[in-house]
Amino acid sequence: MAGLSYIADDESLVRKVELDGLTALFHVPSGMTHIVAPPAPQILEALAGRPADLKELVRRLSRNFDVDGAESALAARLDELEAAGLVSRP
Amino acid sequence: MRHSHALQVGPVAFRLGSEWRQPIEALKQLYAGYPAPDGPCDFTVRLEAETPWRRWLRPAVAIRGDYTLPDAVPMALAHGLLAAEMGMNLQMALGQKRYLLLHASSVERDGKALLMTGASGSGKSTLSAILGEQGWRFMGDEFALLDMDDGRLHPFPRAVSLKNQAVLVLEEIVGGDRFGPVLRNTPKGTIRHLRPNEEAVARMREPARPVLILFPQYGRGLQAAVRPVGQAEIFVRLTQASTNYVALGEPGYGALCRLVTGTPARAIDYSSTEAALTLIDGLWGEFA
Repeated sequence: MAGLSYIADDESLVRKVELDGLTALFHVPSGMTHIVAPPAPQILEALAGRPADLKELVRRLSRNFDVDGAESALAARLDELEAAGLVSRP
Repeated sequence: MRHSHALQVGPVAFRLGSEWRQPIEALKQLYAGYPAPDGPCDFTVRLEAETPWRRWLRPAVAIRGDYTLPDAVPMALAHGLLAAEMGMNLQMALGQKRYLLLHASSVERDGKALLMTGASGSGKSTLSAILGEQGWRFMGDEFALLDMDDGRLHPFPRAVSLKNQAVLVLEEIVGGDRFGPVLRNTPKGTIRHLRPNEEAVARMREPARPVLILFPQYGRGLQAAVRPVGQAEIFVRLTQASTNYVALGEPGYGALCRLVTGTPARAIDYSSTEAALTLIDGLWGEFA
């Protein structure tokens, strides 16, 4: 059975500026600014407009990053991003 | 209103009205030499009696205008000038939408601006006033106006609000005719306003490009020090120092990101004016 599915807004709805390793995000739909640390920007990019469950997210991230054994950490980051309104469950 | 005066301060025009003569007379004296507005006024401040009888009986000045704080406590008529100043601050803090408003002081030299921001008591206001008497152009001690299109800072050279010890420091440097009355027992202690010098007033419409951001911190016995500040921290501190960042939305975000990524910043610790000026001199030489 597939796990919970998550989605982030399309990249056209999020402005991003790198600030010394952190990222200042402006979320256009909410008008809110967020300062986020890796892997949050990478998660948002992987989920932008394309829903995925945790397993699929790991698969997408693993193309560019070493995420072996990071499922529980990624799940925690997803919870935080959901609480911040940056990802939702479709 | 029975008594009124209109004032241009940088790119912003104010109309101030009062039921009493004294605050407007004090304001006219303090802002002698300031131009009249060259267009319609942006904001109106009204100093009114809290209730009709309080115009005469133990006069109490309520600050009203385009934007008001409903729970603000009225002030004694003796502090009417302070009420007018607070009224102008309030209009800017709540109503300014043309610029990203930063609670910061700024001074300029050779077309380049130094921006200083920090908590109350950090010395940003006093330092800007002193620098303004020492070869820099004073641009403002309270608000810096960041142009969201081109990233330049616009002057907002209101009278400097000097508090407690800072009054004595500036009285030693500046001639008496530029000071307002001594206001004792205000909520912030003794306050005396200082009119910026002629150059600051004459060049109030000249913006400048920010080239250095400083976060001063004053403390008795604090060792003079310069510390780097990460860009994310600068960003967060400046959003905290802005009263209209959230209201401006994406243009404010863009302007602030450009300021933060394009301008070096340092935190400085100091325990004396001399120490601060030495640090600023060194940093200006390095970055400007």
